[in-house]
Amino acid sequence: MSTRLHVDVAVIGGGLVGSSAALALSQMGMSVALLDRRYCGAQASGVNYGGVRRQGRPPEQLPLSQRAHAVWPRLKALIGIDGEFLRSGHLKLAMSEADMASLEAYAAKVADCGLDLELLGHNELHRRFPWLGDAVGGSFCAGDGHANPRLVATGFAAAARRAGVHVLENTPVTGVARNGAGFALEAGEGLKLTAGTVINSAGAWADRFAAEFGEPVPLRRIYPSMVVTEPLEPVLTVNIGMEGGGIYARQVERGNCIVGGERAEALTDADFSRPRSDGALAIMSRAAALFPGLAKAQAIRFWSGTEAEMPDRNPVIGPSLTTPGLIHAFGFSGAGFQIAPGVGEVLAELVRDGRTTTPIEAFSIARFVAGTATDRTTLGSGAGKEQEPQRRGA
Amino acid sequence: MSRPQPLVVGAGPAGVRAAETLVKAGLRPLVVDEAPACGGQIYRRPLVKDERDARALYGSEAGKAQRLHGAFAALAGRIEHWPRALVWNLRDGRADIAVAGESRAVAYDGLILATGASDRVLPVPGWTLPGVFTLGGAQVALKAQGCAIGQRVVFAGSGPLLYLVAWQYMKAGVKVVAVLDAAPLAAKRHLLRGLALAPDIVLRGMRFAAELRLNGVMLRHGICDLAFEGEGRVAGVRWREGRRERHLFCDGAGYGLSLRSETQLADLAGCAFAFNQRDRAFLPQRDPSGRTSVRGVYIAGDGAGIAGADAAELAGERAALALLEDRGLPHAPERAADLERKLARIGRFRDVLEAAFPFPAQWAARVKDETVVCRCEEVSAGALRNAVRDFSLDEINRLKAVSRIGMGRCQGRFCGAAAAELLAVETGRGVEAVGRLRSQPPVKPVPLTLMPREAAE
Repeated sequence: MSTRLHVDVAVIGGGLVGSSAALALSQMGMSVALLDRRYCGAQASGVNYGGVRRQGRPPEQLPLSQRAHAVWPRLKALIGIDGEFLRSGHLKLAMSEADMASLEAYAAKVADCGLDLELLGHNELHRRFPWLGDAVGGSFCAGDGHANPRLVATGFAAAARRAGVHVLENTPVTGVARNGAGFALEAGEGLKLTAGTVINSAGAWADRFAAEFGEPVPLRRIYPSMVVTEPLEPVLTVNIGMEGGGIYARQVERGNCIVGGERAEALTDADFSRPRSDGALAIMSRAAALFPGLAKAQAIRFWSGTEAEMPDRNPVIGPSLTTPGLIHAFGFSGAGFQIAPGVGEVLAELVRDGRTTTPIEAFSIARFVAGTATDRTTLGSGAGKEQEPQRRGA
Repeated sequence: MSRPQPLVVGAGPAGVRAAETLVKAGLRPLVVDEAPACGGQIYRRPLVKDERDARALYGSEAGKAQRLHGAFAALAGRIEHWPRALVWNLRDGRADIAVAGESRAVAYDGLILATGASDRVLPVPGWTLPGVFTLGGAQVALKAQGCAIGQRVVFAGSGPLLYLVAWQYMKAGVKVVAVLDAAPLAAKRHLLRGLALAPDIVLRGMRFAAELRLNGVMLRHGICDLAFEGEGRVAGVRWREGRRERHLFCDGAGYGLSLRSETQLADLAGCAFAFNQRDRAFLPQRDPSGRTSVRGVYIAGDGAGIAGADAAELAGERAALALLEDRGLPHAPERAADLERKLARIGRFRDVLEAAFPFPAQWAARVKDETVVCRCEEVSAGALRNAVRDFSLDEINRLKAVSRIGMGRCQGRFCGAAAAELLAVETGRGVEAVGRLRSQPPVKPVPLTLMPREAAE
C-alpha cells in the first residue's frame, strides 16, 4: 500500500508539544500531518505526573511557562475538554532549614516573573494545611495546579484531527531528508510525505532525527514512577512538591491520590517500563508519613512511561542549526507538561514568522554542538534543583 | 546448594499438584496463596468449620476435594506455605509478596503460576445492585461462608457453572426460582458430542438440569436483554425470549458468563500472549507441558485458558515435571506424555462446552449507555462509547487512559473483557483487534503502609 501526501508542516511525534503545535498551525491555515509511531499522547505527555506547575522552574523557562499558564484555563474552548485541570495551587515543602533557605532564595530570584509566591513558615503552613505531617515550611504558588495527563495531549490530538490535521497514528517515520525546498518523509507502511517544514517533537525518540541532520544530542531516557491510591475523601487540597527531591503528590477530583518519586526501569523492550517494587514501596511509605490522612489507604495502581532528559534538564526548542525548515522541540526532562501548550504556540509562530515573541534562546540545540557551547552560567539554568519530577540525589 | 527454590503461586488444584510433584523430586517449593487454606476457588474451605461434611460442600466432587486437601496436608513440613499472601509483583526472578503487613522480596528459581480464574461478565442493567453476585461469588458465599445470597434466588448467564451453582443452592435448601441460560436450547445438542469424551460430566450436567426442573425451578434458554431490578437492592429480574418480555421477583441473583483467566502475573513475568478464540481473550502462550515463552516460567490450570479443575490437577503435575526436566532432575517422561494426552482430551471437551454454552457476544452491542461497565471507576457504557468517538480510539489501553476503564481496584479483571467487547463493536472489528490491557503492579490493592522486608529465600 503506497500513499502520497503533501503538507505544509510534518510534525514528528504526537505528544503534547506536537499535538498543540499541529492544532495551532492548522488554525493558522496551514496543512499539517501529525505522525506518531504509536499513539498520540501515550508517551511522556500521557504518563507524566500531571503537575501544572511554574514554581520551581529555572528563570529562563518562566516566559514560556507564563505563556502556557494562559492556555491552561482555556482548554475547554481550545480542545473541547478541560483536561481535569484544577487551579489548586502548588505547595513546595521544605523539610529542613536549608531547604527553606533555598525556597526563599528562589522566591527572591523570580520575584519579577509573576509567580506570586507566598513563603509560609512552620506555623502558618500547618494552619493553612492541617492535613500535612512534618515540614519546616513551604512556598505556595496559588496560580499553579494539576491536570489529567492522559487526557490533555490526547485531547489536543483529537482537536487537531477535527481541525483537519492528518493525524497518523501507528505510523513511525522511517526516513526523513531534505528534498529541494522542503523535506521528503517515509512513514508507516508505504506512506510518502512531502512537507515544507518539519517539527521534530519526537520526545525520547527525537535524538534519532536530530542525529540524522547532523545534530547529535546527549538525550537519555528516564522513567517516572507513580503510585495511585483508591479514591478517598478530600485529603490533599493542593499539588505538593518537595524542595530537594522526595515525593510529589496530588489528589484528583474523583478522590484518587497520585504520588510520584523515584524512577522506574525499562523493560526488555525499552519503549516500555515499570515501576521498581522497592521504589514504589519507598514512595508509599513516605506518602503515608507525610500525609497522615493516607495512612490507611490502599495503593491500587502504579504507572510509568518514557520521558527524555537532557543533561542540563532544559529542553531543546528552536530551529535546527544545520537544516533550514527543521525545528526541534524535545527533551523536556520530566518537566514538560505545563509548558508544552505554550511550546506548541511558539512552534507555530516559528513556522509562520520565522521567529517568536517568547524568548527561547536558552533552549537552542547550539548548546550541545561542539565549539558553539553557550555560557550556561549566564543562562542560569539552575540545573540539578527545582525540577520535576523532584528527586533526591539525582 | 544455594540455588533458590521454585515458587508456586496458587494453592488450588493446579498449585497443589505442582507442589506435590516438586516435593516428590526432593525440592522444597514456596507455595503462596491468597486464601487462608488450600483448595482454590473450586475446593475452597469454609472459613469457620461448620456441620457440613465434604459431601454437603462439594457434592459429586467431594472425593476430589478431599484428596486434594489431603495431598496438600501431606506436604506439611516439606514445603513453605504462605497463606493469606499476595504476589503483587514479579520481575527478573524475584517476587514481591504482601504477607502479614509486610512486603517480602523472594528470589525463585522456577515459577509455576497456578493463578486460576474469575468470573466473566458483560454488564446488564442492575448488575451492580446489592444482592446480585457473580456465579463464582454466589458459590463462594455458600461454600466458604455457609450462607446463601438470598431466599428467592435467580441464576442467569452462561457456562456449566450456571447449572452447578443453581443445583448446589437447591441442595442447600434455598428456593431457586429460575435458571436463565443465554444460550439457545439448540446449543445443548453439542453436549451429545461430549458424551464420548467425558460421559460422566455430561451426564452429571443433565442430572443437574433434570433435578432442577423436577424441583420446580424454571429453566429458560436463549434469553436476552437481561436486567436486574430493585431500589437499593435486587428485587426482580427481567428478560426477553424472542419477542416475549418476562419478569420474576427474587431477592438474590447469581450472574456470570463462564470464567476468565487470571493472567496479570504471567504478563508481569514477561510471558508472550496470543489471542485465544475459544476464550475470546488474550492468554499467555504455553506449550502442552505448561512452558511459557519465558525460560523457567510455567503456567498450570485456568490461568492460561479455562479448562476446569480436573485439567488443572493434571496441568499442575505436568508443569512441575517440565520444571524438573529443565532443572536436570528426573522427570517421568512417560507420565508426562500421559498427562498431555489427558489434557488434550479435556481440551477437546472444552470445545464442546464452549459450543453448548457460547459467550453471548451479541449482548455487547445492546448494553445500554447508562449501564455501568467499570464499577470501580464508575464508567458507563455511554462514557466509553463517547470516548471511543471523541478521541478516535481503537485500542484498549488508549481507551483505558482516556476513560479510566480498568484503572480501579480490580485493574480491569472484571470490566476488561466487557470493555474490549464494547470497543470491538464500536469500531466494527473483532475483539482480537482491540488489543489487551497491559498489566502493572500491584495486581491487587496493597496497603500504602506495606513495609519492605528482604526475605531469606
